[in-house]
Amino acid sequence: MSLLEVEDLRLTFGGVRALDGLSFTVGHGEIVSLIGPNGAGKTSAFNCVTGFYRPDSGTVRFDAVDVTGRSPAAIAQLGVSRTFQNPRLFGELSVLDNVRAGTHLWLRQRMVDVLLHTPRYHRTEQRVTDEAHMWLDFVGLRGDRAGLVRHLPYGEQRRVEIARALARRPRLLFLDEPAAGLNHGERTELVDLIRRISAQGTALALIEHDMGLVMEISQRVVVLDFGRRIADGPPAQVRSTPRVIEAYLGRDTDDSELAAARGVIRGD
Amino acid sequence: MSNPLRPPRGPHGAPAPDSRDHTGTPHGAPPPPRPDSATPVEPSGARRPTPAARLLESRHIGWAALTAALALPLVIATPYALNVMTGAALFVMLAVGLNIVVGYCGLLDLGYAAFFAVGAYTSGILAIELDIPLLATVPAVLVVTVVAGLVIGAPTLRLRSDYLAIVTLGFGEIIRITATNLEITGGPSGIYGIPGLWGDGPTDPALFYYITVGVVALAVLFAARLGRSRLGRAWRFVREDEDAAAAMGIRPHRVKLAAYVAGAVWGGLAGVLFGAQLSAVSPASFTFLWSALVLMAVVLGGMGSTPGVVAGAIAISLAPELLRQVQDYRFFVFGVLLIVVMVLRPQGLWPQRTRESARTAARSSARPTGTPASVAREESA
Ligand SMILES: Nc1ncnc2c1ncn2[C@@H]1O[C@H](COP(=O)(O)OP(=O)(O)OP(=O)(O)O)[C@@H](O)[C@H]1O
Ligand SMILES: [Mg+2]
Repeated sequence: MSLLEVEDLRLTFGGVRALDGLSFTVGHGEIVSLIGPNGAGKTSAFNCVTGFYRPDSGTVRFDAVDVTGRSPAAIAQLGVSRTFQNPRLFGELSVLDNVRAGTHLWLRQRMVDVLLHTPRYHRTEQRVTDEAHMWLDFVGLRGDRAGLVRHLPYGEQRRVEIARALARRPRLLFLDEPAAGLNHGERTELVDLIRRISAQGTALALIEHDMGLVMEISQRVVVLDFGRRIADGPPAQVRSTPRVIEAYLGRDTDDSELAAARGVIRGD
Repeated sequence: MSNPLRPPRGPHGAPAPDSRDHTGTPHGAPPPPRPDSATPVEPSGARRPTPAARLLESRHIGWAALTAALALPLVIATPYALNVMTGAALFVMLAVGLNIVVGYCGLLDLGYAAFFAVGAYTSGILAIELDIPLLATVPAVLVVTVVAGLVIGAPTLRLRSDYLAIVTLGFGEIIRITATNLEITGGPSGIYGIPGLWGDGPTDPALFYYITVGVVALAVLFAARLGRSRLGRAWRFVREDEDAAAAMGIRPHRVKLAAYVAGAVWGGLAGVLFGAQLSAVSPASFTFLWSALVLMAVVLGGMGSTPGVVAGAIAISLAPELLRQVQDYRFFVFGVLLIVVMVLRPQGLWPQRTRESARTAARSSARPTGTPASVAREESA
């Protein structure tokens, strides 16, 4: 049985059908990419699975537990972590504090220890700080860790967001367009980072428009269009599916455009 | 509010002296489990803090402030002065309590005087009716303020912040009007003849001042320590971005309720001391003006900053005394001063530090043993 099973999700905003019977799975330790044109419903799917949107119908099962309609915090507690399409960091807090947020679920601290600053309090705080440093090392953050996170450049902020999600020690990590806005060098490091996350045994679901990156790292690609799954399979198979090429260019395309689209989807 | 284009600011608005390094400890820690090819270069040996900066470390300021507060009666000990100073100390406790709600958690509470009233009335009524010392009512006051905090907070904290302000304003007034109309609270004239802390007549003013300073010092210390804990961080995460906090498994509603209840307890305990000081409480003591003044102290001092809020509370509670020259205009002058300060320094007179201290940011020299997963297991065991 897969780690995540999404079945027949439907979600509408007013008249817009953001999700129209979407189903997909993510296996234990698998790297799955969700791709599709703008507005296809990728982020909406993430939001339904992580509890930020409540689907009109359909089910989400995580590790065989039905989590449909549960709160984001409840779903996070089961071992799910995510980043956002537009990084949502705690801007007025330090970089370290941002990553410390990821330790909230496993850190235990008693009120007496906090008020009296017992050695146990200092030990727990040190452990959290060490942990935050460790994940910042892991994502390769350059830059000031004690300063405010909003003073970091954009690419570094994206790393902090991933570090924060990793500090939660998720079994399944959702990354929404992690390569967006990154320069070439940062993109290369991201590929390496995703591989290292996966090597820890963490399953990954990512939304990405960078086809080269998708084809390079995904074990499976799920293609969405108008809130539906139109293709699902290994990268090599998906990129030669005619419906996928159509979805990216529209139906009435001449041959030269089609050839160009194939190029885009292959990531050459 | 914050301009991302501005350079980092130090505690006094000057550019932060150093924004290069995060720890100042040598880079001696071994790499993480799967070392990144691009392991960050940590410039070692951050510049040492200047003596002025070290003096401003909150720990030292705390001791200095406490010493000053304890020494003050040696300089001036008229009953009037002691009364004003005791009032200022109580005001500090209120401001620090409200700072948990507004500063740490970002919840705009315009009815904070409600909890002050609940504490004062609960202890006063119990002490008179049961004929027990005021001190013996403290456990009951704790229970009542926690319950009041839960009852008022649970439904209202689901609201968006602007609605929350209006609803808390309403609750503040409801509590005051209820006290005005109930028999047990003595109606508009309130209750009087509240016994001293130990039951017999009013406590000696100088002794009472020292007791108040002691309690308030603990209240300030504990509030600051709560702010530097797992819960305190959760408050700030929720203040900064509720959704991002929820994605980390933090339950925003619960965390807000915890802040609200903590604020209620601080306010309620200050209320007990207030009743003891005056040996009488009446609805007139808990008007919206009180809530507004406490909030002003928090905002003026610097939301979330313990030294700032304490200084703000002292300034606000002593301002009417210092502005006595201008008698009739003093609230006007006060208002103008406040506007000037807020325009010139919107983050408050003594804002929260933006950089983490080298001490809390430092990693331990000995790396935690075991893999991350084993640490987690150990923690939750
Ligand atoms: N909160 C919302 N309110 C109203 N409409 C929404 C909301 N969220 C998404 N939608 C709509 O649902 C559809 C799917 O949006 P979604 O953000 O899921 O697309 P996406 O595949 O992530 O696109 P992109 O690649 O541009 O990020 C779009 O038509 C969008 O306008
Ligand atoms: Mg999207």
